[in-house]
Amino acid sequence: MTRRSWIGWQFVAPFLAVFALVFLAPIAYSLYLSLYRTRLIGGTSFVGLENYSKAVEDPQFWSAAGRVSLFLVVQVPIMLVLALLVALAIDSGRLYGSSFFRISIFLPYAVPAVVATLMWGFMYGSQFGLISYLNDWFGITLPDPLAPNLVLAAIGNITTWEFVGYNMIILYAALRVVDPSLYEAAAIDGAGQFRIIRAIKLPALRGPLLIATLFSIIGSFQLFTEPVVLRTIAPNAILTYFTPNYYAWQLSVGGQQFNYSATVAVVMGLLTMLVAYLVQARAVRKAV
Amino acid sequence: MELSRRRLLLGAASSLALLAAGCGSSDDSGGDTKAASTTVSDAGVEAALQAGGTITVWAWEPTLTKVVADFQTKYPKVKVNLIKNGSGNDQYTALQNAIKAGTGVPDLAQIEYFALPQFALGKAVTDLNTFGAKSLDGTFTPGPWSSVHSGEKIYGLPMDSGPMALFYNKEVFDKYGIAVPTTWEEYAAAAEKLHTANPKSWITSDSGDAGFTTSMIWQAGGRPYKVDGTSVSVNFDDAGTKKWTGLWQGLIDKKLLAPVPGWSDAWYKGLGDGTIASLVIGAWMPPNLESGVKAASGKWRVAPMPQWASGEKVTSENGGSSLAVTEASQNKTIAYGFMKYATVGDGAQSRTDQGAFPATTAQLNADAFKNKEFPYLGGQKANEVLAEAAGQVATGWNYLPFQVYANNVYNDSVGKAYTGGSNLQDGLKAWGDASTKYGQEQGFTVK
Repeated sequence: MTRRSWIGWQFVAPFLAVFALVFLAPIAYSLYLSLYRTRLIGGTSFVGLENYSKAVEDPQFWSAAGRVSLFLVVQVPIMLVLALLVALAIDSGRLYGSSFFRISIFLPYAVPAVVATLMWGFMYGSQFGLISYLNDWFGITLPDPLAPNLVLAAIGNITTWEFVGYNMIILYAALRVVDPSLYEAAAIDGAGQFRIIRAIKLPALRGPLLIATLFSIIGSFQLFTEPVVLRTIAPNAILTYFTPNYYAWQLSVGGQQFNYSATVAVVMGLLTMLVAYLVQARAVRKAV
Repeated sequence: MELSRRRLLLGAASSLALLAAGCGSSDDSGGDTKAASTTVSDAGVEAALQAGGTITVWAWEPTLTKVVADFQTKYPKVKVNLIKNGSGNDQYTALQNAIKAGTGVPDLAQIEYFALPQFALGKAVTDLNTFGAKSLDGTFTPGPWSSVHSGEKIYGLPMDSGPMALFYNKEVFDKYGIAVPTTWEEYAAAAEKLHTANPKSWITSDSGDAGFTTSMIWQAGGRPYKVDGTSVSVNFDDAGTKKWTGLWQGLIDKKLLAPVPGWSDAWYKGLGDGTIASLVIGAWMPPNLESGVKAASGKWRVAPMPQWASGEKVTSENGGSSLAVTEASQNKTIAYGFMKYATVGDGAQSRTDQGAFPATTAQLNADAFKNKEFPYLGGQKANEVLAEAAGQVATGWNYLPFQVYANNVYNDSVGKAYTGGSNLQDGLKAWGDASTKYGQEQGFTVK
């Protein structure tokens, strides 16, 4: 009979303790909360899955989920294609001052999202912001980026500005580890730059692109900071159920509906996992 | 918006908030352990203050800092911890969380009049009849005094008040030959005249503000909220509401309102450079103009709120806060002692001297108060106008016992009237429906 060794567990115990405290416990607590209901009159009672059936039928929740899905479908491809183009351009070695280019594209990522949104919010202002100056200088009337029908695109612009550099770094790092002998071989075979991109670089980027896509899906579904900041200057365009996370936050801080807020968070977490899983499964199947 | 550390931290913070909020939520027994029937006399309060103790006060009213210092000099054995825990909704959220958690609840909290019913209903604040607060009848002006009542019960003492008045930029009005409007009809005409003369100037700004809307309906005679204990009704279909929506819809349709949200940077800038030429707002506004709109010093004046018929004298309240003793407080007697000092005692005078607009008749009618000249307002004795407005507040107004929530979702429905997707009357109906739905979910009887 062999004695089981607990040495390994002792090494990971500090991590597991923190993981349980800051990760598992909040999830478990959200699940627990989502099974109850607290009312101003009548107190707290166990309601089983009632909150979940309410969420499934909640038009505000689905409006929020639909909005981030649209955001995901439009903004993420634009951002990733831009990041890919920049990464390929820098990697091509033909760009003058490529390290300056690289750092300046990456720099917006170092700007906190709150600051970035405030800055863009000022530029978007059609009364006192950059838009109003442009209107005055050229005697034109540009559409108001903070109008309800454009505000999602305005947010997409902010997040693209913020995260193109971050994705570019992921892709560029992957390009740097491609074995240079492959390029030499391709050159000897007479392949041009575009042929090299298609046959060597893009296949090498498959994995990193999948990672970047998954991060972007999660990021889109969690859209929160930008709406919070923009609401102060566009209160009629950013509704309290603008994105699922913002909705969950408003439910708890604005309406004291902690139980339903937890339910919305759980449902959105499950949806995010599902979509991320489907994308990954599809990508893996293609790769085989 | 990748899964950055920033976002993870935010997520963790909100999870913690949920965690804190839920602790002890299954135990709703409240703090009714001390018998409420025994009243504490004024002498009893004084004795408690002499004996001493420590209390915690959550408030964002800046004039309280000096009041606390003076109070501790007068009662050296009492220690008052004054904590600014955000203002308005931020503080209410923190307070509600603390009450649910059952720990860290302050003894006293600043609560705006519109939010007080919500805390009273949740048994978060104490009925002050225990301390004979009823004897303060007549000490405060009628508007604020009725705002802290719920039937016979008194849940707070008024700290300041906000009877509405018309603040206007005299320089802009003079430049375009606009007389100060005394009726809403004249106001609408002035709005058109000003904006036609200068397309970069508006009579005022509005992009949907629940507090402003309810105050305007209040003045127009509308009483959309009826509250009787836990039974409430919401109806924006009355004549008073329609008077206001009729006027305001006209201004929106003709694009005579600057689409600038209140209290934003653009708003302060507009108040300073003449883009926004007037404000109908509470009497607590002058210190805010002085500190936030320095550029327009000397240009602004105060006039009575425009009326619905010439010769009328009716105003409403806009904003204003009370101090309330929490039910969870272990030092209610000392808390009440400090609260009384700050609202009717020497503190009331100190706060008035510092620029707060008083809710006490003694301070309001004092000659020194009425004759005070405001350098920012071109030397105008503005308090004459504002004190008169305080005596003209229409009676019979109720806020919902969940007005904090209702105001929070106001722009979801009424906002569409400002962006061209709907109109005010339909927006208000949708807002009423959202409030009704929330009320039902929270266990109210909604008629």
